Amino acid sequence: MALKQTVGRRIGMTAAAWLVGFLIFFPILWTILTSFKTEGDAAAIPPHFLFFNWTTENYHEVFSRLDYWHFAINSIVLSVGANLVGLLIGVPAAWSMAFAPTKRTKDLLMWMLSTKMMPGVGVLIPIYLIVQALGLLDNRVGVGFILFMLNLPILVWMLYTYFKEIPVDILEASRMDGASLMNEIIYVLTPMAVPGIASTMLLCIILSWNEAFWTLNLTTTDAAPLTQFIASLSTSQGLFWAKLSAASTLAIAPILILGWFSQKQLVRGLTFGAVK
Amino acid sequence: MSLAAITKVTKMGSIELKSVRKDFAGFSVINGVDLHVEDGEFTVFVGPSGCGKSTLLRLIAGLEDISSGQILIDGIDATNIGPAQRGLAMVFQSYALYPHMSVRGNIAFALKMAKQPADVIEQKVKKAAATLNLTDYLDRKPRQLSGGQRQRVAIGRAIVREPKAFLFDEPLSNLDASLRVQMRLEIGDLHNALKTTMIYVTHDQVEAMTMADKIVVLDKGTVAQVGSPLELYNKPNGLFVARFIGSPTMNLVTGPSAAKRGAATIGIRPEHLGLSVTEGEWPARVRIAEHLGSDTFVYAEVEGQGQMTVRVEGHASRKPGDLIYLIPQEDRIHKFDIDGKRIA
Repeated sequence: MALKQTVGRRIGMTAAAWLVGFLIFFPILWTILTSFKTEGDAAAIPPHFLFFNWTTENYHEVFSRLDYWHFAINSIVLSVGANLVGLLIGVPAAWSMAFAPTKRTKDLLMWMLSTKMMPGVGVLIPIYLIVQALGLLDNRVGVGFILFMLNLPILVWMLYTYFKEIPVDILEASRMDGASLMNEIIYVLTPMAVPGIASTMLLCIILSWNEAFWTLNLTTTDAAPLTQFIASLSTSQGLFWAKLSAASTLAIAPILILGWFSQKQLVRGLTFGAVK
Repeated sequence: MSLAAITKVTKMGSIELKSVRKDFAGFSVINGVDLHVEDGEFTVFVGPSGCGKSTLLRLIAGLEDISSGQILIDGIDATNIGPAQRGLAMVFQSYALYPHMSVRGNIAFALKMAKQPADVIEQKVKKAAATLNLTDYLDRKPRQLSGGQRQRVAIGRAIVREPKAFLFDEPLSNLDASLRVQMRLEIGDLHNALKTTMIYVTHDQVEAMTMADKIVVLDKGTVAQVGSPLELYNKPNGLFVARFIGSPTMNLVTGPSAAKRGAATIGIRPEHLGLSVTEGEWPARVRIAEHLGSDTFVYAEVEGQGQMTVRVEGHASRKPGDLIYLIPQEDRIHKFDIDGKRIA
């Protein structure tokens, strides 16, 4: 029996959904609004919501003080690069777990997930020292490698769940057709898993883009991504909320736009297994 | 489609299994199967679900590794070589077409993997498509095809490889009844045209009886009996095969009627039972009569024996509750001992 949908119920649910959506979006909205305030308006108590003197001064200030594009390019290179490398390792890894599992596959998956449960700060000092000893501090390769390792468990997990949905018959057919393992993955598995791979990549890029702990600790200038761009505005002279907000808005804008245009793909990917 | 148009004689392949065993996590699925499939033979593996018939096919294909034993293809030990190198082609129950490739791409895939030149691939694909009535659909994706067309693409994909043998894993079970009959004939034509070894797995004994040169009946991972369809029908070597082959199933009778013929159990097929309203060996009450037009199946309750089935040619006007007498054709009675084995 279909769920009964009265008009009142529909209006109530819609209102509730909008409310929840608004609550989630509110901090971002507040940041964007604050970026257009003067420092005085930004710090005012009670806060001014919409009625204040709109200004783009903060953006001019931020741009004149810092080279936005330097940080933005680092962010792009790090988040995309780290996850492309992740994909090269993650696809074969997820393939073997999904299609050639052993007794220990489940344990391995759990172990990989468990690494995400540990607070990063717990290994900050050893990792910092290793990166330092390798001469990779403030180096794109060094921090990129850390970002890659950080996302690998999620990447493999997500790909694994997508691959599990692919009928193994089709892969077996390709084996009968003489495809080598490499060809099976390149010509058969990957094209079929494109939605899953795309949404995995999107999510991982977003995670890497937003990653602050390691990027702040392992970079200073050369390899510094947009997280450093924001952080460098909180100086010893005090916090400048409006400028900080302008920098934050600039930092999140690219990923927000990317997320906006790919939301269909993302939602489809994230619910891939659920609504087969 | 004109399968007779295929004149090219493909490679032949005999397949021999020697004491093949397969265990899954401690469970024995195939318990030492010995089997010889001759060149060009149409062999059907049949049995109830879970009997190991698909597993056996997958072992031959190389999609599963055997636990012990040996598989010889054309006399060469293929036990440890991969599926691609065995030179066999398989048609899957789900068709297993590549959904992102066109029909052309699907059929050409194996040839591309074998690095054949583009013009040769194109020529072979066109030929296979023409044979299978797929020429107009070459640029379509599998999702735009009907079930029967998908099945043809799957067969086309197998044909272009010119394999030593075709392996079919319940290829018709996803089709509706009329299409199933049609495809059954087409696969039969294909076999006649190609003269290639075919191994066909089905749980449908009608498919087995109509298509096979040789039927292998499997029961719990062992071969129950191997023989031509008529051998299995006329001389089932035990109760399992007796029950499995023939439709409706053979009537089995125990007790005095069996004892007086020197057996623990006797079997009589529905078509070998006569029906009388006055006298006969087994008095029975009609439970239901199924009218198929050409035949009538009369299901009757025999006291102390349970249900028995009689096949009457044409129309039999029996109503539920009618008293009838069943008369077996004496020379058509199958006798089985206490262990269910045939008594010669």
